[in-house]
Amino acid sequence: MDIHEYQAKQLLAEYGVRIAEGGLAYSPEDAVQRAREIGGDVWVVKAQIHSGARGKAGGIRVCKTHEEVWAAAEKLLGKRLVTPQTGPAGKVCLRLYVEAGAHIAKELYFSLLIDRSHERIVMVGSAEGGMEIEELAETRPQAIKKIHIEPAVGLQDFQAREMAFALGLDATQALHAVKIIQGSYRAMRDLDANMLEINPLIINNHGELLALDAKMSFDDNALFRRQRISELRDKTQEDPREMAAADRGLSYVGLDGDIGCMINGAGLAMATMDMIKLAGGEPANFLDVGGGASAERTEKAFRMVLADANVKAMLVNIFAGINRCDWIAEGVVQAVKNIDMKVPLIVRLSGTNVEQGRKIIADSGLPIIMAETLAEAAEKAVQARNAVVAAQQA
Amino acid sequence: MAIFIDQNTKIIVQGFTGKIGSFHAQDMINYGSNVVGGITPGKGGQTHLGRPVFNTVREAVEQAGAEASIIFVPPAYAADSIMEAADAGIKYCVAITDGIPTQDMMKVKIYLSRFPKENRMVLTGPNCAGTISPGKSMLGIMPGHIYIPGHVGIVGRSGTLGYEAADQMKALGIGVSTSVGIGGDPINGSSHRDILERFEADPETKAVVMIGEIGGPQEVEAGEFFKENMSKPLVAYIAGLTAPKGRRMGHAGAIISSTGESAAEKVERLLELGVTIAPTPAAMGETVARVLAGL
Repeated sequence: MDIHEYQAKQLLAEYGVRIAEGGLAYSPEDAVQRAREIGGDVWVVKAQIHSGARGKAGGIRVCKTHEEVWAAAEKLLGKRLVTPQTGPAGKVCLRLYVEAGAHIAKELYFSLLIDRSHERIVMVGSAEGGMEIEELAETRPQAIKKIHIEPAVGLQDFQAREMAFALGLDATQALHAVKIIQGSYRAMRDLDANMLEINPLIINNHGELLALDAKMSFDDNALFRRQRISELRDKTQEDPREMAAADRGLSYVGLDGDIGCMINGAGLAMATMDMIKLAGGEPANFLDVGGGASAERTEKAFRMVLADANVKAMLVNIFAGINRCDWIAEGVVQAVKNIDMKVPLIVRLSGTNVEQGRKIIADSGLPIIMAETLAEAAEKAVQARNAVVAAQQA
Repeated sequence: MAIFIDQNTKIIVQGFTGKIGSFHAQDMINYGSNVVGGITPGKGGQTHLGRPVFNTVREAVEQAGAEASIIFVPPAYAADSIMEAADAGIKYCVAITDGIPTQDMMKVKIYLSRFPKENRMVLTGPNCAGTISPGKSMLGIMPGHIYIPGHVGIVGRSGTLGYEAADQMKALGIGVSTSVGIGGDPINGSSHRDILERFEADPETKAVVMIGEIGGPQEVEAGEFFKENMSKPLVAYIAGLTAPKGRRMGHAGAIISSTGESAAEKVERLLELGVTIAPTPAAMGETVARVLAGL
């Protein structure tokens, strides 16, 4: 689960990371009010969306007057920002963070994340922070320092010092950086984060270190014990279909194709989508119904898939282990009867109680196209989709 | 004895008396697995499914000689149960539980690594379908009847896609020595590479199928192990050739993740390492058949 910059900064501030003075705004009036409260003569109005690279999309605006703050807020609020990280649909900006402008002497990069291959938290830093950090990682990887943290004992001060000096800091700054680094690590560990990024971490004109931007993302599997983090969820930043699916215990990802899919297991779902593509089609979605798919859940999954107006054919591929083909078949029959299905349906069942499952579908008398194998299922789905398209064009 | 389990392996079920644990324990017993009891703290001394219930894994090891364990404990408590099994002297543990926090798994891995290698419990999973040595023993939640005994090892992240592979092989009359699910979580007990090492050493296994997915370094590491250390042929399929790129925040992931985690990049690398690639998920069985015919 991702959170906003302002939320990440509030959390980090509690762990001793220094941030610029700022406040949240939901309207241009709010934004100007925040600027007044902050004082000074430079403010930054920042779009709060769940994405990095906001600057490149015009989501970060430096303002020198209250009028400029008002204009920036008016321009950003309600707007969909498209960044290289949001996908083409972009993300809607409904909150702004207004922050005191900082005088940047130097930009650094610092992050913590879970390194899957080392099975540890890794700390990453560079003396060259800012927006081009990914490019730097490719062109001059030696400019990036990585230090792995031993989970049994946690981050040691000597490691934090090593990182601080790698960031090119002087002795006084390094002492302060150790506090920021240790605080960030504690936040990561205590809050079950899987990513924490401060980019840039700046040195201002007084030689002080400040987190100018911050991102945090959390382990969904640990939210049960992080009530406070769960409450930071902003549903406006998430795909409504995926969210509705999650609420029903389904895993759904909307795609651009037109063959709807309902499959059990993420691996089989990916493999089935591969098969559809190889057969010349494009999947409309990824949908994993998981184990123990009851008739009710099957019907919900059908409704989910068919809510996408692009869907021209639907493929069900179930390999029953914990599931049973007869339960799934009953669910399919019930769903087709209850939903006014206008597109062809292809069903492939395999595994536990497959004969009973096939019989239930055959006995239903419904116009369901059956397939025995994965390849046959994908081919029949693409044929059915092509027939629908041909009929629409005729 | 195939790998990890056979008909003699004494099995206990952690989370024995719960609904899910009971259901699958009965299924395993029906398959012929040597289930000697189960653990539910506080219900020690009772009998469930005709087997004794113990309060602790240690009691099950001492009193019933338990060697292998399967975990159905809910995610919040599963890491604790895995460590309990390791501490009690269980040799092989399958964690079925889905949804264990990542940092809990980091702790589990460190905990396991503290045991000297000869006493260290092998963990597969979490979030997997388990392990089966067809005709001998099933330590998992798979439909046992789709596997026939034979000489091909299967290792895979995904449960149902593993079933698909076994089913295709069965249709061609190809049997399985052992099938091991390593699970879909970012941090898991054993990697593809770890399992390949076992299959290479197993006299009953003549060839191995690896079913991988996008993301993570494990499939390529396994391919490197294959090139350096394996005499037996390896067939691989990588799911997710058409999967959408994950949306993400920030740059941190891109900096740390080595390149080569997309399915296409993994396939390319595996081909360079001499692995036989099943071009489609529908061709896993026939690719294995072709490789076996060449032996």
